Amino acid sequence: MQSENTKLSTAWLFKMAWRDSRKNRSRLLLFISSIVLGIAALVAVYSFKDNLQRDIDNQAKELTGADLIIESRKAITPKRQLILDSLGEERSKEKSFASMVYFVKNGGNRLIQIKALEGNYPYYGNIETQPAIAAKSFQQGKDALVDQTLLLQYDAKVGDSVKIGEVTFKIAGSLIKAPGQTGISTTVAPIVYIPLKYLDETALLKVGSRVNYKFFYRFKNPNTVDEFVKKNENAFEIEGLSADTVASKKEETGRSFKDVSRFLALSGFIALLLGCVGVGSAIHVYIQEKLSAIATLRCLGLKAWQAFLIYLIQIFFIGLIAAVIGCVLGTLIQFLLPIVLKDFLPVTITMQVSWSAVAQGILLGLVISVLFALPSLLSVRKISPLNAIRASVEHGKRKFDPLQGIVYGLMFLFILGFTYLQMRGWIQTVVFTVGIAIAFGLLIAFSKLLMFLVRKLLPQSLSYVWRQGFANLYRPNNQTLMLTVSIGLATAFIATLFFVQGILINRVTLSAGSNQPNMVLFDIQNTQKESLAKLTKDYKLPLMNQVPIITMRIEEINGKKASGDSTDRGAFRGEIRATYQDTLTAAEKIVDGKWLGKVGENGEVRISLDQLYARRINVKVNDKIVFNVQGMLIPTVVGSLREVNWGRLQTNFRVVFPSGVLEDAPQFHVLMTRVPSSEVSAKYQGAVVKSFPNISVIDLDLVLKLLDEILDKIGFVIRFMAGFSMVTGWVVLISAVLTSKNQRIKESILLRTMGASRKQILSINAIEYFFLGALAATAGLILALSGSWALARFSFEANFVPPLGATLILLLGVILMVVVTGILSTRSILNQPPLKILRNEGN
Amino acid sequence: MENILNIRNVSKIYQSAGSALTVLNQINFSITKGATVAITGPSGSGKTTLLGLCAGLDSATNGTVELNGIALENLNEDQRANVRNQNIGFIFQNFQLLPTLTALENVMVPMELRGAKNIKKHALELLDKVGLSDRSHHYPIQLSGGEQQRVSLARAFSNQPAILFADEPTGNLDAETSEKITKLLFDLNKDASTTLVIVTHDLELAAKTSRTIKIKGGVIIADQSNNVI
Repeated sequence: MQSENTKLSTAWLFKMAWRDSRKNRSRLLLFISSIVLGIAALVAVYSFKDNLQRDIDNQAKELTGADLIIESRKAITPKRQLILDSLGEERSKEKSFASMVYFVKNGGNRLIQIKALEGNYPYYGNIETQPAIAAKSFQQGKDALVDQTLLLQYDAKVGDSVKIGEVTFKIAGSLIKAPGQTGISTTVAPIVYIPLKYLDETALLKVGSRVNYKFFYRFKNPNTVDEFVKKNENAFEIEGLSADTVASKKEETGRSFKDVSRFLALSGFIALLLGCVGVGSAIHVYIQEKLSAIATLRCLGLKAWQAFLIYLIQIFFIGLIAAVIGCVLGTLIQFLLPIVLKDFLPVTITMQVSWSAVAQGILLGLVISVLFALPSLLSVRKISPLNAIRASVEHGKRKFDPLQGIVYGLMFLFILGFTYLQMRGWIQTVVFTVGIAIAFGLLIAFSKLLMFLVRKLLPQSLSYVWRQGFANLYRPNNQTLMLTVSIGLATAFIATLFFVQGILINRVTLSAGSNQPNMVLFDIQNTQKESLAKLTKDYKLPLMNQVPIITMRIEEINGKKASGDSTDRGAFRGEIRATYQDTLTAAEKIVDGKWLGKVGENGEVRISLDQLYARRINVKVNDKIVFNVQGMLIPTVVGSLREVNWGRLQTNFRVVFPSGVLEDAPQFHVLMTRVPSSEVSAKYQGAVVKSFPNISVIDLDLVLKLLDEILDKIGFVIRFMAGFSMVTGWVVLISAVLTSKNQRIKESILLRTMGASRKQILSINAIEYFFLGALAATAGLILALSGSWALARFSFEANFVPPLGATLILLLGVILMVVVTGILSTRSILNQPPLKILRNEGN
Repeated sequence: MENILNIRNVSKIYQSAGSALTVLNQINFSITKGATVAITGPSGSGKTTLLGLCAGLDSATNGTVELNGIALENLNEDQRANVRNQNIGFIFQNFQLLPTLTALENVMVPMELRGAKNIKKHALELLDKVGLSDRSHHYPIQLSGGEQQRVSLARAFSNQPAILFADEPTGNLDAETSEKITKLLFDLNKDASTTLVIVTHDLELAAKTSRTIKIKGGVIIADQSNNVI
């Protein structure tokens, strides 16, 4: 009997939930629509991640182009070369380095990445060129494949010539894509392929040139490759070689994109959290409006938990609908993500519906809509039947509801748990969660403070329309807090992004300063030093910094050689570029020990190390280090540690020798100068490349342009994700305005009955929305300005000057959006006669 | 005659801003089954508070309320809800129809809450009795005030309550409609032999009951029989 009653009762609860929602479904859907975009963003990111992982798995061979790639940053010993030449069934090799390219037709020149290739690499996939045949044929003659963007930039075409070092190559093809290459990597360093057999003829490789050696292999039985690599891991390590296989490349690419996916998912999650605030607030108002109906049902014998369940069922199903809409939208949006991320993707993405992403989206939508509606839903249990006979019921002192406490705890755990799933690290999780909590807390505090101030300081002398407009900000059931949080957070998100981009650009621009060098020339040989200095003076350019650079390795630290133990490998493995000088530069400051500019009388060489580098290789003052300088062993003592300002545009070194030791060692030089204009820069660069083809030039203008381009590309991705938060904020705004529509109808009826004109009511609403928008945008901008200042001060160590114009435009933009949305949403109230609205009220 | 409602030493005191406000003070009375009683008094006299306590909508600060042999003060809120569903019918001044339910569904709700079966026929009969069988599928918003109160009457009698509480049942209606609703209320009550308790300050309506309890300042100042014609 009991079970039959329970069953009957459950069915009735569903029926009642259905009936009760009749007149409110569109409104409920609107409340829940706040989470649709958040769900959509997450489903899009999850689907994209699944598709990307699948495509990386499927295209891993095309990504590496070979079964095995062995890489080295230093020249291979003949003995090792013999071994490397015996591996695999097919072999190719490549030497790559930075150098200048000179376009013969128009004299244009630019720093590029040269790839000198020999063999049939890639064995899987292909080098995409236009015409396609060029990828195969360029090795037959003195031909080059030149990056397509570079061709466009320098107005060159297939058939034209480029000079690289001493050799002029015919452009055989426009390079579209090489294995594993991404759009962003070619932005930083455009690639030019030349045949390896002509590399020596170019005469580009000199002392100190930074060359990357790569050996590509195809194996008859590729399954043995991973085992081979594992077996030879130690030998490779000692020789300074690294090995990449299809499996390791797959893992590495997947890992790097996991980080991107996590970032994107967290951006989507912020939009979802904003939506949750909207849901929570809207459901609160919804339940307030249902108070009388719930009280009546309680009078008729409905139990407290049954009343709670009726509304829980409604929220569950509406949440389900919102989640499904979010999933559909997200599945569609995922098709945009490859376009947004195209410059970062190494594989071609084939988009498919990811059912696991859809399932996650639905589950997330359900959990989040129910969880964030629960605080308001739980209050349904406390609605007294007395509300049916009294307009207001005195509750006395409100008691703490333990269930509410549990729900708030669950919310916190949910945010923490979800963040952890994205971050996979507790420190980052806690930092993100606490960061979000602080942002929410600050916005709430700011909103409450302003409401308090408006209430206390509102001058009574103001006209009625103004007073009413202001008073609406703190009236019962106002949406001020919720809107400040949602719109403020969205504004903060977008503004911070914009400010940080500005800080980074400014930092590089400022580092150029009017007295700072803006052009760096490197790979200068001893024999070229004087002639280049003369050429520079001929162009009336200053010689701001001329520094010798010597390449060396650490052989021993305190009598200890490289043992193969992984803890000290870092110190011994890397190649060091050091200099010698007798005085410190402005960017250097001694923090420990004493700097001696010359070799001691006893012949002791006291060197100085960058303090961070010393810490990394675990060395302190008075420790002994033996360096291997091109085969010659030089014993030294650490005489001092320096703090180096790496932010300055000048040559800085981890290891500095005193003068009197390295003067005769094989070395190259770096020269810095300042060019007054882009015209002089182009002429000077042209002359340098013509006279000294091996010398590379870095133009700060180009660096700035590149940085701007890269930040723009990254910024576009971030703006795309932040857009979800912006639109969610806007949906929350519409939802909030419509939520309070009933209350506004009552007010408008009263005002119109008492003779208020349409214009007056419109003005009251406009004033309210104007200050709401101003409040939310100001709160968001304050948050963004503080955050950007903190980032500039502590992370980028730069000055932050807020861009006033842009800040003002953003402020006005948000205000305009809020006012227009608010006025448009309440316009229907004004267009109808009071009586008609009176009859329809409660619908 | 057996009592359906026994009120013993009932007080209601509200604590507000550190001071105590006594709304009802030591109220005592009983109502026999089938009686019609009016509780009258000026605004703020405590009559609605008394109705809330009698109907188990609220708890007394002191004293006991016994309804149909059940001591309400020992029950929790859900148990009291059950008592209301099984024993009590309500008529409100502002009708309190559920706006999202049709007239028919509004009448069916108390029976549905009880888990009763074949209720639609009974609900339609009740609507027919109040003259609204042709408006059964209309929503409250589509009905006039008088019609809404008639639906409310049909709903109040739908689960055949032992006692019916009416809070100013004609307070929101014009004179002509009030008269019709009053007649309907008393006719239905007579047919169902229900105990009727009306809270009103309308002396004309009160005079139609068999007994009037007058209340002022939270205490009973008169409890007298009416000469019902």
